[in-house]
Amino acid sequence: MKNILEREIPEFIEGYGNVKQYKGYLSNKDGVIKKDFKFKTISAQDSKLHTDLNKLMDKLPLKDGMVVSFHHHLRNGDFVLNMVMEEIEKRGYKNITIAASSIFPCHKGLVKMIEDKVVTQIYAAYISGPVAEAISQGKLERPAIMHTHGGRARIFESGERTIDVAFMAAPTSDEYGNINGVDGKSACGALGYAHTDAELANIVVAITDNLVEYPNTTIEINQTLVDYVLVVDAIGNPKGIVSGTTQITKNPIGLKVADLTAKFIEESGYLKNGMSFQTGAGGISLAVAAQLKNIMKRKEICGSFASGGITGYIVDMYKEGLFKALFDVQCFDLDAIKSAKENPAHITMSASMYANANNKGAVVNKLDVVILGATEIDTNFNVNVTTGSNGVIMGGSGGHSDTAAGSKLCIIVSQLVNSRISVVKDKVTTLTTPGETVDILVTERGIAINPLRKDLLEKFKDSKLPLKTIEELREIARNMTGQENEIEFEDEIVAVVEYRDGTVVDTIKKVK
Amino acid sequence: MKLRRTMLFMPGNNPGMLQTADTFGADSVIFDLEDAVALTEKDAARILVTEAMRTMNYGETEVVIRINPLSSPFAMTDIDKMARLKPDAILLPKATPEDMEILKKELERIEKEEGFESGTIKVHALVETAYGVETVYETIKSSNRIQAVLLGGEDLAADLAVKRTKDSEELFYARTKVVNACKALKVDAIDTPFTDTNDYEGLAGDSRKAKMLGFSGKLAINPRQIDTIHEVYSPTKQEINNALRVMAAKEEAEKEGLGVFSLDGKMVDLPIINRAIQTLEIAEMIGLLD
Repeated sequence: MKNILEREIPEFIEGYGNVKQYKGYLSNKDGVIKKDFKFKTISAQDSKLHTDLNKLMDKLPLKDGMVVSFHHHLRNGDFVLNMVMEEIEKRGYKNITIAASSIFPCHKGLVKMIEDKVVTQIYAAYISGPVAEAISQGKLERPAIMHTHGGRARIFESGERTIDVAFMAAPTSDEYGNINGVDGKSACGALGYAHTDAELANIVVAITDNLVEYPNTTIEINQTLVDYVLVVDAIGNPKGIVSGTTQITKNPIGLKVADLTAKFIEESGYLKNGMSFQTGAGGISLAVAAQLKNIMKRKEICGSFASGGITGYIVDMYKEGLFKALFDVQCFDLDAIKSAKENPAHITMSASMYANANNKGAVVNKLDVVILGATEIDTNFNVNVTTGSNGVIMGGSGGHSDTAAGSKLCIIVSQLVNSRISVVKDKVTTLTTPGETVDILVTERGIAINPLRKDLLEKFKDSKLPLKTIEELREIARNMTGQENEIEFEDEIVAVVEYRDGTVVDTIKKVK
Repeated sequence: MKLRRTMLFMPGNNPGMLQTADTFGADSVIFDLEDAVALTEKDAARILVTEAMRTMNYGETEVVIRINPLSSPFAMTDIDKMARLKPDAILLPKATPEDMEILKKELERIEKEEGFESGTIKVHALVETAYGVETVYETIKSSNRIQAVLLGGEDLAADLAVKRTKDSEELFYARTKVVNACKALKVDAIDTPFTDTNDYEGLAGDSRKAKMLGFSGKLAINPRQIDTIHEVYSPTKQEINNALRVMAAKEEAEKEGLGVFSLDGKMVDLPIINRAIQTLEIAEMIGLLD
């Protein structure tokens, strides 16, 4: 059947099960029941500390068909997932589900495990690189489940799925499992995506390359949640974990888009004392922050908070008094890590607090303005950040759908035509974020307001900004690129795109 | 009146730049076949510029094509291929009266062959040699195709065997000479680019200095320079208000049948009125009038 977003979604998907159909971004207002959680008693005589992965594995109740989880704070420098999965593969286990908050190119070793049926299902909010390609080629036995950051917290908090063992990269830990991400050679900053796993997995193994004397004096995840601590030589490659400094784009088109975006925000009325703001670490997103910074300083505006993945640039804005606090789920660079450690108003938060739609209120609900990217956006403002122009998976929602739904003003920034490809389509290849939650598209050739936002259309009716309808932008792009050929897919569903509330917004088919 | 506060150079062999040329807000864009294009890329640049001119709609933005100097082996092919595209103007580098004569003849031939109205292919002259500076008046005088003279400070400094500096003192004579010739013959004078693309304060200072000397705009080598130059070359709120008050006082005086009138105790004469009209024209064109 076609859902309300005009996507063809079956009622039942083989390897996934019955489908809950999307009925609008606010339709599922049921809170989730937090899963029953049983502590294991650890007495004073017990030691949690291990230095040999092999020996530790002997102690764990591993089995075929289990769910093992990982967080992605070490990003493309992560060693932990590979290290653990290689051991699981060696031991001959099959049919494993990996619940990783994200999967990166450094996890390419999984491809062979997928082919060999060691790994048969994957849950993630973002997948890029060889694993994404393997999924698109139909190699994974069951469809991958591509949820949102908030959706992941909901899935496990509700008990919809259970994590058997969480293998948790811990940049610093003591022998009793008091963990932080801000110290050590593999420091990554906030550990927002690890909280769900720590709180809800049946067994939690902290894996660290920086064991400190008990007690660790900075604690993000505490000892009451951790079963074992494994010390290894290295949990990651610092070069792939964070960048030294995150740079603002010098691309003139990106700067033009950023300039228009900042002007739009200024005119929108949202730029005022107490404004909350989120932007990514991408070139254009950061350039928007840079432009906003100038306006905020000129107008002497102090915002409430900036949230999301935090960069040094946002930290500087906080230090200059432009925001009162930072809500941080993950750090993108060294300056952000330093700030997370030093500044009391740099508050780390869990993925659930950040973005879960079905708890008692996520931070995204308090967001005024969010700046997001898009691989494609259609004339109904539906956004694709999951598949590329060839139909192959190359990303995923992350917090895209969560922040779009929670914020008062969701702005998509993009170059209209890039390398002969138009960002505006008649229909997106994959629907990640429903158009009803997207308010504005800003491109170098004009700004389109979602017709659902009648208040903004009215407010901007006399604006001197280059306002256009999204259909006009589509037409401008089409005149340059011509009509695109449709991507051809097989019938087989290789991944399911789950909205933050667990309904299915789209499916991804096997590429030809 | 055509505004040329900024004329932005874009490499003719960069498809991405050709595609987005009009989005940066420059009053003119110059598709470059000369310095920005390697010797082995000249053909590619001609083909790309041709395709861009046929495909893209650059709207109100003036589109200029810089050909290679007539002393190079590429110039005649450049003229033959580019003039037929009828850009808003051809930019002649290292312009001299002698080269202008040659270009003129070529353009006349092409206009005939293409059935274009005679004299409709316009030219901008890039003055960037000591000889070019000394003969700039004759160059402009040689053809009514010329609409603007652009000063090229880098090549000129090399020709003068002087160091190119940030404050451009070495260009003072050339700047004033070019401005004077342009004003005398009623064409636009466009100042040399400021080459440090990360120094916005320096760019603003250099632009202010050139505006003070009489230039009507400035070349830009990076889109990021445009806003800064526009700020300098756009009338300020105060200038617009003054101009509006002058025009209002003029209207009042005319009603009362007064030939001469004063404002704030100062006599207002024709040059002041003309300047007010010009200020308001520019303000209107760039949307600064409510």
